[in-house]
Amino acid sequence: MSDGVKAVMGDPSEDGRFGQFGGRFVPETLVPACQDLEKAFRSAWGDQVFRDELSTLLADYAGRPSPVTECHRLGEELGYRVLLKREDLNHTGSHKINNVMGQALLAKRMGKTRLIAETGAGQHGVATATAAALFGMECIVFMGEVDIVRQELNVFRMNLLGAEVVPAMSGSRTLKDAVNEAMREWVAQVEDSYYCLGSAMGPHPYPWMVRTFHEVIGSEAREQCARILDGGVPDVVTACVGGGSNAIGIFSGFADTDAELVGVEPAGGAAVGRRVPGVVHGSKSYLMQDEVGQVLEAQSISAGLDYPGVGPEHAHLADIGRARYESVTDAEVVEGFQLLARTEGIIPALECAHALAWMSRERDELAGKTVLMNLSGRGDKDVAQMMEVLGR
Amino acid sequence: MTTIGAFETALRARRDSGGKILVPYITGGLGDDWIETLHAVAEAGADGIEIGIPFSDPVMDGPTIQEANDRSLSSGTTPQSILNAVRETDLQVPLAVMTYYNIAFRAGDVRFANALVDAGISAAILPDLPLEETTSWAAAADEAGVETILLAAPTAPDERLPLICERSRGFVYGVGLLGITGVRSSLARSAMDIATRLKAVTDKPVLVGVGVGTPDQAVEVSTVADGVVVGSAIVNRMLSGAGPEGVAELVAEFRSALDGRWPGHATRGRQ
Ligand SMILES: Cc1ncc(COP(=O)(O)O)c(C=O)c1O
Repeated sequence: MSDGVKAVMGDPSEDGRFGQFGGRFVPETLVPACQDLEKAFRSAWGDQVFRDELSTLLADYAGRPSPVTECHRLGEELGYRVLLKREDLNHTGSHKINNVMGQALLAKRMGKTRLIAETGAGQHGVATATAAALFGMECIVFMGEVDIVRQELNVFRMNLLGAEVVPAMSGSRTLKDAVNEAMREWVAQVEDSYYCLGSAMGPHPYPWMVRTFHEVIGSEAREQCARILDGGVPDVVTACVGGGSNAIGIFSGFADTDAELVGVEPAGGAAVGRRVPGVVHGSKSYLMQDEVGQVLEAQSISAGLDYPGVGPEHAHLADIGRARYESVTDAEVVEGFQLLARTEGIIPALECAHALAWMSRERDELAGKTVLMNLSGRGDKDVAQMMEVLGR
Repeated sequence: MTTIGAFETALRARRDSGGKILVPYITGGLGDDWIETLHAVAEAGADGIEIGIPFSDPVMDGPTIQEANDRSLSSGTTPQSILNAVRETDLQVPLAVMTYYNIAFRAGDVRFANALVDAGISAAILPDLPLEETTSWAAAADEAGVETILLAAPTAPDERLPLICERSRGFVYGVGLLGITGVRSSLARSAMDIATRLKAVTDKPVLVGVGVGTPDQAVEVSTVADGVVVGSAIVNRMLSGAGPEGVAELVAEFRSALDGRWPGHATRGRQ
């Protein structure tokens, strides 16, 4: 990590806080597991052998570095310069693999033989199932019943990879409920199982650890942009925000520059946008909730962003004004999804289509600038759903 | 030296008289007759009662208590409606609430602690607020005179248990197994282990809960522990529509068993 990143996006405090957010709000049963995980992560990250092994895996297995693509036709249409960080080109089709490779290697180092994961869109579940197959581990993935239907393709992929997919039947039957089930499973199986959390959220050390594993996005993009922009940085760096892992990864590469950082949330899941702090799933952060503290169900066309919370570091970045958070509607997202396909021949995941939707809506504000957008995943998984939405 | 609150006082009284402690769990707002159930349970021999304030995302709870939560919430229950109902009734046993931290955090630690006192509630259990995160809440609770009951789990290393016992008020809640709430067919070995480990480091009442679902299991773990918390078994009765008498009947069975009056248990010790 560069010193500049350290200054703005530093390590969390000893009690796992970014500013006033974060912490470790978990059942007592899980506290020792979180403490052991923190110790193991600190030791692994300080060990060059571990880091070399991870880099090799990311290069030779996952296909890193991912390129930055300049989008001439889209740029012409929007009236400003557009660069895409191509996380869609990673193995398994999204940024999720960066974090999963890191955590799976860590699980192996800790002697764990079984991976637990939650998934919304299925991309984190697929990445975890992939790592489990690669390392010869058992894998169980919790997924909301609603998401199992709208991301059917990814359920089949997970099964093919040897993972067991368990439907979460409670509450809104989406990502929030999948996290609840995964935490319950972790409480029961904490001795042999490793909880491979899929976003920059949860109890300390997860938000920090997941960010660290995704910093590769930002550091690569920083160098790639410098090459394209003659040593410069983009004016704006943008990404979609569910739990916030792909956004925190790309932000980390530019936190110490003048680039404006913009996270894009779905209107029906805008935790930062509503600015009400709360505690759920292990940390204090902004949280969609009613006036007595019951967590609200998010509403989004995109299974990966259909979540009422957000990772604590995003709450902190919003709080100190280093990043800003905007929201877009489902209808705008459907437009953004088609826009990239039509102008650049790239079908984006519905999640990152949120950032495209914001870029399209705010084209006047962005005129003449250079915008780097994190294309966090490819849209193959969403094609069946979009066939229905678009009525074909 | 901290003063001993009403919850711990009642539990100590039972223990000092040679008895075993019984704390049943009742989901607040579940059914129209839940307040009557509280009274029936108190009369059936509860030493204290834990009242669950339903939360949307109860990660420590299994299917039974989740279902009870959902039913209660969908009938319009709020934290305030539970506290109001409790305030207006007169119970002869001390009460604790069990809920998740966001309910207290959203109200504000001080306001929530005061609201408990105002409703006549002595203690609180917040299962997603482990020792390291208690500071803000515990300061408010101590100030208001609310006893904060902490959980101690089988996964805790030896050096952690005295710290938990030191900070816990009311009693120390030993988690009986690795897992969430729910009735199991037999008592986990971890229940005896955690009771033994806690009894070795504290003089506060040690109760075991989570996975204590039958009178037999309660008797077994109470050969070491000072008593039990019984949740899902009781809530199952509530969910099945047994009504106040049906629930009280089950509580009476636990009471008799713990008092050694249950057929077959009069002379039963640890095997
Ligand atoms: C392609 C893609 N982008 C983004 C997300 C949202 O997650 P995060 O905010 O952690 O990047 C997901 C989650 O499923 C995803 O699949």
